[in-house]
Amino acid sequence: MTLAACTRDLTKEYVLDGETVRALRGVSLDVPEGDWVAIMGASGSGKSTMLNLFACLDRPTSGSIKLGDDDVSKLSDDQLSEIRASRIGIVFQSYNLIPQLTVIENIEVPLYYQGVYSAKARRRCIELAEMVGLADRLKHRPTQLSGGQQQRVAIARSLVNDPYFILADEPTGNLDSATTEEILELLEKLNGDGKTIIMVTHEPEVGERTKRIVRLRDGELVSDKPTKSNGQT
Amino acid sequence: MAFWIRTWQLGVKSLLLHPLRSLLTVLGIFIGVASVIWLLAIGEGISQKAQEQIAELGADNIIVRTIKPPSEVMDSSSRGATPYGITRDDYDRLTETIPTIERALPIREIRRRFSYANRVVDGRLVGCTPEYKEVTRLTIDRGHFITDVELENKQNHCVLAARVAERLFPFENPIGRSIHVDEHYYVVVGVAKEKAASAGIGGSFAAQDFSNDVYIPISTLWSRIGDFIVTRRSSTFEREIVELSQVTLRVDDVKNVMETADLVELTMAEHHRMEDYGVTVPLELLEQAKTTRMMFIIFMGMIAAISLIVGGIGIMNIMLATVTERTREIGIRRALGAKRADIIRQFLVETIALSVVGGLTGVLAGLTCRGVTGLVRQGLEKAFPEIMEALPPVIQSVEPIVVPWSIPVAFGISVVIGIIFGTYPAMRAAAMDPIEALRHE
Repeated sequence: MTLAACTRDLTKEYVLDGETVRALRGVSLDVPEGDWVAIMGASGSGKSTMLNLFACLDRPTSGSIKLGDDDVSKLSDDQLSEIRASRIGIVFQSYNLIPQLTVIENIEVPLYYQGVYSAKARRRCIELAEMVGLADRLKHRPTQLSGGQQQRVAIARSLVNDPYFILADEPTGNLDSATTEEILELLEKLNGDGKTIIMVTHEPEVGERTKRIVRLRDGELVSDKPTKSNGQT
Repeated sequence: MAFWIRTWQLGVKSLLLHPLRSLLTVLGIFIGVASVIWLLAIGEGISQKAQEQIAELGADNIIVRTIKPPSEVMDSSSRGATPYGITRDDYDRLTETIPTIERALPIREIRRRFSYANRVVDGRLVGCTPEYKEVTRLTIDRGHFITDVELENKQNHCVLAARVAERLFPFENPIGRSIHVDEHYYVVVGVAKEKAASAGIGGSFAAQDFSNDVYIPISTLWSRIGDFIVTRRSSTFEREIVELSQVTLRVDDVKNVMETADLVELTMAEHHRMEDYGVTVPLELLEQAKTTRMMFIIFMGMIAAISLIVGGIGIMNIMLATVTERTREIGIRRALGAKRADIIRQFLVETIALSVVGGLTGVLAGLTCRGVTGLVRQGLEKAFPEIMEALPPVIQSVEPIVVPWSIPVAFGISVVIGIIFGTYPAMRAAAMDPIEALRHE
């Protein structure tokens, strides 16, 4: 079984107002391909820090973190940027689409930073837009879309570079229950097609929809159990 | 290539999101570039005109002119007037002792009233020699200018300037008729064409308005009118004793001009205790005019450079604000894989786009300076004619001449300004921590 991501003794400390804050204290975690993991915990538990490390937006203080076959623990800023552009797809709580770009242009952004802009790439973006059900809104701006539609664009964007995994940070946090259901169904479908998803959430109902829940407390991994449904609804 | 097209497209899109803001930013550069071109063009126009006029005086000429000394210096006892100015002796000394003088032109001018039948014109009676026509580039419309014979014989012939002829003889041919000057008659033998006025250049050479002149042989003037002149001026009488108003000396070679001028000064100084003459060397003036032109360019250039810098500061200010506004966007782009260099490029492209647009429009505006100046002049002449009249002729008739190199230089500087003042904000943007940026706002 290949691993989409794996960490060993992952530790992150930083200094705030002269005091050392230990956000993560030696977390070891394996994420196999095709898994759907929910990382849960109270605020301050270290889940955001974990997310930032998975997203290669930050570097660990010690320990290691591998994405696929790439060890990303000690890469330079430019190298991390490349990984982000080619290997990771991120979905944020507040969608984070670029307001002056259209739907199709937003989906293209990671490809642009990879240096890819061919007609073939354009077609792929259109396909993804179709897959999330927004084929008729390619030229719309984010302000013309509902929250759920924007999140679907974000999900399409996260898939455009065929990532190791999709990283989702409270993806349904800003959505009403009906739209939450839509998005979770979409994620289920993607996971069913083999996409690995690592999701941070604080909503238990959302956590229960995944295959596995990892709980953090005070920077430590305190539990790691498959869900009752194990991803089946 | 496609990459750069895409990058520029993105940049322009972002700028168009805030059209008014972008426009105002561009305005700074636009004004800077346009003013570089305009100011240099105006300076160039003025310089060229000045140089033309000096050149008309003749680079190989030396002009000695009589100046009325301040009244304290003059002794007002002898018949109420003291002789001053260039004398006939001076003239002889200059022409006989200085070998490099090829030709000398004596001139005596007095303001007189000319009349014919019941028409009257106030103008200048100019006693001169036949060479006067050549040196001042007069052209004869009808008849002929004063001849050697007329000079020799002190004949009472005269030549009218165009406007005098128009005013005194609106319906008839002046040739052959006689005009009155004081108690004398002068037969008209020629009429000159209109000539443009020349501005006053150099201290001792008053502005010449050729339009109301009447020319007679200087020998005639000396014998009929003499040196003692009484002129009525409103309620007073002006008395003066002057032999020559001006002597124009032609030097045989331009190389000898400066030396000859020194000799002329010495010769005159020996026999004049009062400051009643002035020596103008057009060649010297020409050199000065060239220096002035250089200073114009430097000075105008500095002013324009300052305004370009101010424009650049404006750009930097706006870009810094823009970067702060788009902190979130920067975080998103970084999270999606943008490197620091990508962020720098993105914002630098926007800044350069702004300054290029400002530069191009500024150049276009700069090229219109000739047309616009003409329109402004026409407008001012209609609206404020008295003020326009009062301005020195140099300013009245200024015709800007676009200095060719000012265009690429101004445009090039505007692009450089964009790069320089855009770099700091762009680097600020790139240095942001993506995690912090994503949390922003």
